[in-house]
Amino acid sequence: MIGDWIDIGWVNEIPVRGSRTVPVVGGEEIAVFRTADGKVFALANRCPHKGGPLSQGIVHGHSVACPLHNWQIALATGEAQGEDKGCTPTIPVKISSGRVLLCRASTLKAAA
Amino acid sequence: MAAFFISGAERMDFQRHDSVGEEAAVDQAAARNLPHLVVIGNGMAGCRAVEELLARDAGRYRVTIFGAEPHVNYNRIMLSPVLAGEKTFDEIVINDRAWYADNCIELVVSDPVEKIDRDARTVTARSGRTVAYDRLLIATGSDPFIIPVPGRDLHGVISFRDMHDVDRMLAAAEAGRKMGGGDAVVIGGGLLGLEAAHGLTLRGMKVTVLHIMPTLMERQLDEAAAWLLKTALEGRGQTILTGADTAEIFGDGKVEGVRLKDGREIPASLVVMAVGIRPSVALARDCGLEVGRGIKVDNHMVTSDPSILAVGECVEHDGMVYGLVAPLWEMCRALADGLVEAPTGYRGSVTSTKLKVAGLDVFSAGDFSGGDGTEDIVLRDASRGIYKRVVLKEDRVVGAVLYGDTADGGWYFDLMRKAEDVADLRDMLIFGQAYASGGGRADPKAAVAALSDDAEICGCNGVSKGKVVAAIEGGACSLDAVRATCKASASCGSCTGLVETLLALTLGDDVETGPKTMCKCTSFTHDDVRREIVAQGMRSIPEAMQKLHWSTPDGCSSCRPALNYYLLCALPGEYEDDQQSRFVNERLHANIQKDGTYSVVPRMWGGLTSPRELRAIADVVEKFNAPMVKVTGGQRLDIFGIRKEDLPAVWADLNAAGMVSGHAYGKALRTVKTCVGSEWCRFGTQDSTGLGVQIEKMTWGSWMPHKFKIAVSGCPRNCAEATIKDFGVVCVDSGYELHIGGNGGIKVRATDFLCKVETDREAMDMCAAFIQLYREEARYLERTAPWVERVGLDHVKSRIVDDEGNRKALTRRFLHSQSFSQDDPWAERAAGADRQLHHPMAEFQPMTAVAAE
Repeated sequence: MIGDWIDIGWVNEIPVRGSRTVPVVGGEEIAVFRTADGKVFALANRCPHKGGPLSQGIVHGHSVACPLHNWQIALATGEAQGEDKGCTPTIPVKISSGRVLLCRASTLKAAA
Repeated sequence: MAAFFISGAERMDFQRHDSVGEEAAVDQAAARNLPHLVVIGNGMAGCRAVEELLARDAGRYRVTIFGAEPHVNYNRIMLSPVLAGEKTFDEIVINDRAWYADNCIELVVSDPVEKIDRDARTVTARSGRTVAYDRLLIATGSDPFIIPVPGRDLHGVISFRDMHDVDRMLAAAEAGRKMGGGDAVVIGGGLLGLEAAHGLTLRGMKVTVLHIMPTLMERQLDEAAAWLLKTALEGRGQTILTGADTAEIFGDGKVEGVRLKDGREIPASLVVMAVGIRPSVALARDCGLEVGRGIKVDNHMVTSDPSILAVGECVEHDGMVYGLVAPLWEMCRALADGLVEAPTGYRGSVTSTKLKVAGLDVFSAGDFSGGDGTEDIVLRDASRGIYKRVVLKEDRVVGAVLYGDTADGGWYFDLMRKAEDVADLRDMLIFGQAYASGGGRADPKAAVAALSDDAEICGCNGVSKGKVVAAIEGGACSLDAVRATCKASASCGSCTGLVETLLALTLGDDVETGPKTMCKCTSFTHDDVRREIVAQGMRSIPEAMQKLHWSTPDGCSSCRPALNYYLLCALPGEYEDDQQSRFVNERLHANIQKDGTYSVVPRMWGGLTSPRELRAIADVVEKFNAPMVKVTGGQRLDIFGIRKEDLPAVWADLNAAGMVSGHAYGKALRTVKTCVGSEWCRFGTQDSTGLGVQIEKMTWGSWMPHKFKIAVSGCPRNCAEATIKDFGVVCVDSGYELHIGGNGGIKVRATDFLCKVETDREAMDMCAAFIQLYREEARYLERTAPWVERVGLDHVKSRIVDDEGNRKALTRRFLHSQSFSQDDPWAERAAGADRQLHHPMAEFQPMTAVAAE
């Protein structure tokens, strides 16, 4: 419980070029990604196309390829790239002393 | 048709052994009393001139070509890609032996002409062979310039001019590799030198380029582009020394290094001299032809002797000597027009240059030295490494230098050659054709459509847009077909995009696509990447991306799984599988479904099962509330609707009943489908279920380029549908018929018959060898059906049926690889491995977050 931010665990619990999930009771699951350059991103775990679990996709650069139909989603914005159109909600995230913190308000919004 | 191949030393053999029919054909041509055209030089100019002549009037001359090298006509400018390992020699052959035969051309190889007797109208070759001519064509090209420094004769000092030089460089790189590296010095930082340096770097040598001028490629690039190029080459591990003046090459009998005039010494076991070329004029000068810097010719390529012509790099026309390929095409057209007495005349050439180094796009054309009355338009984008400069004079393009993005090179070159007034385009000119002619973001197709018919598409082979379109309209419906028909894009490949656009424009949707780059992250094809991984002994994905100049930091969802597979296949037991480069199914060892749940298929060997297995499956279905169970096409049971979190527990239960992963999710061996065979069936000829189980036990767990299905049928009634599988066995009374390359998917393909064997042991060995050949040679995500169609059944047969040694080696490699791959991935996960893959990091409830343990 750290005010506006929710502590979900250590950065190194997320595999590099991989992701972990954070289920939200009564809401939409969140996927937390860690890229090769050490950045962490959080998005709703749902592709804007057919709802595929983005957390299970291949992470490359600052994008993830949806495992269902290979849509490429930008991790920073949630926007589908290339010809595809659609956007997945993003959740502000920050790292503090090696801990991953999600923005409480945005997470709650996802839960609402 | 007759073939006439005579090497000087073999000439007597030819006369003794060759068939009457062939001699008769020569005699026939002579008997028809055709004038005799003798060509000195079997290179690009000589043969192109003959091609142009044949295209106009094939029956006008009897043709004899003398070549100094032992080869047929090949594309000399493609030696760089051969050195770099991007092409094989066969791929750069322009005219193969059949061409000479079909056109009744007598080819004399390995026998350079040494004397021309103009009075007697004869030429005499080194072997003593003397031939009379009516018209003589000198196409001797040029000789490499060797700088006169001490040590230039040492062993290990070579030029870069022909296939022999490439062979010597490859041998030096190989010798260096065995010693753990090897140092090479390339003297000359021009086009040729940089291509040599690039090739040697790719072959694993540590390369230093010595260039006497202050900037690289100073004749083609301005200072800014040269700096970008130097930085890029240094980034690839080359050492570039500009302003480096060579004092001597030292070594005891064999080269050991190069000493510069400023005293620096650079170690080297190989020195490549690539400082320039000189027209090869000795023959012409010795027989008294008029010679300046080159052999002087008029507009019809006729020398000072009216019966002698000359063409290519050896000539001087209107005071100009050309060392590039493009002027050749124009010269040869003028020459052939003159030979058939429809003279047009050559008017000199404007030339452009492209550097053939993968991933480095450099283009230059015309005059960019600046000077009175010229204006520059410059675009720089430093972070993307793009530099464009167009030089104008009186509203006309007179020069262009492009670095990083050369797509518009052809357009600028076209504007320049036609001296078109560009005043109206000026504002948009630097942004390229799409903007300038279409306004805004015009369709790139429209830009190609707007090119004129005589715009040059392929600089390597001198093919215009009109010729490409004619080839496509004549039935060449794929990139490969265009390459084969008019040779456009068949050499360096930099115009591939243009040719593909022309295909699309001409045919609409009827285009057949050919080999492409692996993905947008690289300019290499699957085959290139794979070959380099093996050749350079790469051991990890980052290493491969680094060495092959990936354009993205960590690849994409297309290339990463492919690289992971190629490395896994190349280094069984050594390479550590990269889970993050696996598709979700292969990471979670189950098939993801559209709702994000998974389906689980345990292996049922040969389609056999037991009460114990069936009970365990039934228990799992009930325990985990699986909404559906289905019998699959591969004779097993598929349990649907399992949550990611439950997978380890499901597997633990299935493992407990003795079942392992069925790999129904992988680019891997899927099932071995069987019929009941001789054990039960009244028609069965062999124990097909038994053989199926044995084959599955041998092959399960192996990763492949794509999924792989096997079936064994007990008799030719073929109830197991073996003839639409990747590998199928049909049992007959006398043994086993083996079939390959079938597919029951989108495009149904029946198998090809591979061979028949007598014992089940042989069937197993053949199966292992075939799988390993497929694993080693097919591209990632290429099923056996398209692979077999691509390489041909004969290729597969030659590797595993006809060549017993190779078959055994393949089988051995497959079994070695299998010794590392038959661990059940489910058992590891069920025991707790990689549990983070299955469990959430934390759970969030509206007021708090709860760490998951």
